[in-house]
Amino acid sequence: MPEVTYREAVRDALSRALREDDGVFLMGEDIAEMGGSMAVTQGLLEEFGAKRIRNTPISEMAIVGTAIGAAMQGMRPIVEIMYEDFLTLSMEQLVNQAAKHRTMSGGQLKVPLTIRTQGGAGWSPGAQHAQQLEAWFVHVPGLKVVFASTPEDVRGLLWTAIHDDNPVVFFEHRTLYPVKGEVPDELEPIPLGKARIHREGTDVTVIATGRLVHEALQAAEEAEKDGISVEVVDPRTLLPLDEEAIVASVRKTTRCVTAHEAVTRAGFGAELAAIVQHGAFDWLDAPIERVGARFAPLPFAPVMEQWVVPHAADVLDAVRRTVARA
Amino acid sequence: MATVEERAESGGSGVSDEMLRGFFREMLLIRRFEEKVEERFRAGELPGFLHVAIGQEATATGVCAALAREDVIASTHRAHGHAIAKGVSVDRIMAELYGKKEGCSGGFGGSMHLYDVEVGLLGANAVVAGGIPGIVGSALAFQFKGEQRVAVAFFGDGATNAGTFHESLNLAQLWKVPAVFVLENNGWAESTPAVQHSPLPVDELGKRALAYGMKLIEVDGQDVELVYLAALASREHALSGKGPVLLHLRTHRLTGHYVGDPQVYRDKEELKRERETKDPIELLRSRLELSDEEFAAIDSEVTAEVEAAVEFAKAGTDPDPEDALKWVYA
Repeated sequence: MPEVTYREAVRDALSRALREDDGVFLMGEDIAEMGGSMAVTQGLLEEFGAKRIRNTPISEMAIVGTAIGAAMQGMRPIVEIMYEDFLTLSMEQLVNQAAKHRTMSGGQLKVPLTIRTQGGAGWSPGAQHAQQLEAWFVHVPGLKVVFASTPEDVRGLLWTAIHDDNPVVFFEHRTLYPVKGEVPDELEPIPLGKARIHREGTDVTVIATGRLVHEALQAAEEAEKDGISVEVVDPRTLLPLDEEAIVASVRKTTRCVTAHEAVTRAGFGAELAAIVQHGAFDWLDAPIERVGARFAPLPFAPVMEQWVVPHAADVLDAVRRTVARA
Repeated sequence: MATVEERAESGGSGVSDEMLRGFFREMLLIRRFEEKVEERFRAGELPGFLHVAIGQEATATGVCAALAREDVIASTHRAHGHAIAKGVSVDRIMAELYGKKEGCSGGFGGSMHLYDVEVGLLGANAVVAGGIPGIVGSALAFQFKGEQRVAVAFFGDGATNAGTFHESLNLAQLWKVPAVFVLENNGWAESTPAVQHSPLPVDELGKRALAYGMKLIEVDGQDVELVYLAALASREHALSGKGPVLLHLRTHRLTGHYVGDPQVYRDKEELKRERETKDPIELLRSRLELSDEEFAAIDSEVTAEVEAAVEFAKAGTDPDPEDALKWVYA
């Protein structure tokens, strides 16, 4: 199996979708000649031309809204929102229009739209270029939400998102773009709503998303040295959510830690904790621990930034706390 | 020979009396529909709340008459007239207002979310300016596919202050998509008069098109013939590849923002004067020199149509509560 970066894996899914279906096109800021601010769309303009790889003005509301209109006419637009912080500018169109047209029309319309975006800390961009806002979108009926953590997953999930008939908000993590991983020769679509168990264990389940999947795997290695067996589960799609796999894992291990880079308060971990306590109440041997960012806008200075967002050590501490209870 | 556009701008001509009579009938149908839903709302039969477009019938009828069935429109919170004019059945609109399965949105939408994709109604929108970018995207899709169709957004003067409006017009002109942006300028953003919401004089709001290098066509929105000709010209321009058009129609809302609005913000004398001089139905009635008998005949026909719609709606089926989950995902 070839090894590719997360960035190349995203590009591969985009290229294949563009090649296969004339109704697929890309729109976003700086995605054409420049190849995107994260260099994900490099080379696509040359292969597919300016009609399908469309640079846009800095108008997030119109970008998303226009894509919605094209999707309603049966095309499959893929929007790149440069930073997920800028998704806030398109919230009206995304939340009031994209998510609701199908229901409001009594099933007459569908909006097969994919919105790719990225974020994440670790490079001192300050407060407006690195937020993790995925939980906002999980709260909106009608949207689907994906957050992939490996090259194989990002490729297979993006393919599925593009071909899904609903609006999908697709989160990528900035620090994962150079991460390499093996991918199958042929692209294998990954269904939305299926978790991946990255590592099996018997003492604690860590349910992690995005960058924290990698931090959790590192924490699991460390824990193993102390004789603690950690299972690492990545839901991969937050909406729909593979509740069954998550609950089954916790019933097996009897302890649970949730981990994401977004702030802990009202983060996706809170939803996971609610699902786990309901589905595995009689199995739990310790309170569910939540790992996430401290409740502050992301500060600039590296020492503060690193202190605010969680790392493997924070996951490890949480794992130890759950084990210490029993 | 004068172009359609020049004819529209010079006062209009060439629309047959027969066609104008058709417009008259439709405008009166819209009026009677609006009056009926006001009455049924006040009687407590209709859930939610309503915005009627009494006084703005000529913009709906004139614009939609210039469109092909396969052209699409996005409407606003004041949507009944647009829906009727685009060809949605009066029965199904009424059933929607009653929250019935037989409604044009299956009871999921209500007055502010009327849809009928079959005839090109892509939804009325309860967010001011919210429907505009979707129209840019629909037009982009038509351009992509090489289809001779236009996409049309209706909105009011209040919407021209929303960022959505400006972002959408900018992008639409940049990409020269076949769209027509219909500004129904009634001079009111809900209760706020244009003088309090826009730095430009109310009659000059169309100038906003010029900032984007967009074609501007403007006519009196109370004159259905002019509206029709201007809409034809707009459609032609949009399809020519030269880019979209801002069609500025100065109109008058001869009623409140919502049904039951006491309009404390409005000068009563001025409203009375507007009702006497700006009613598009009365203006067309004089123009056509309809006799009382002719008027009564048309009136009883459309009134019966509206009454039948109420009967249809009342006989409709209530959705099951759990139907609420039916269309969340495709």
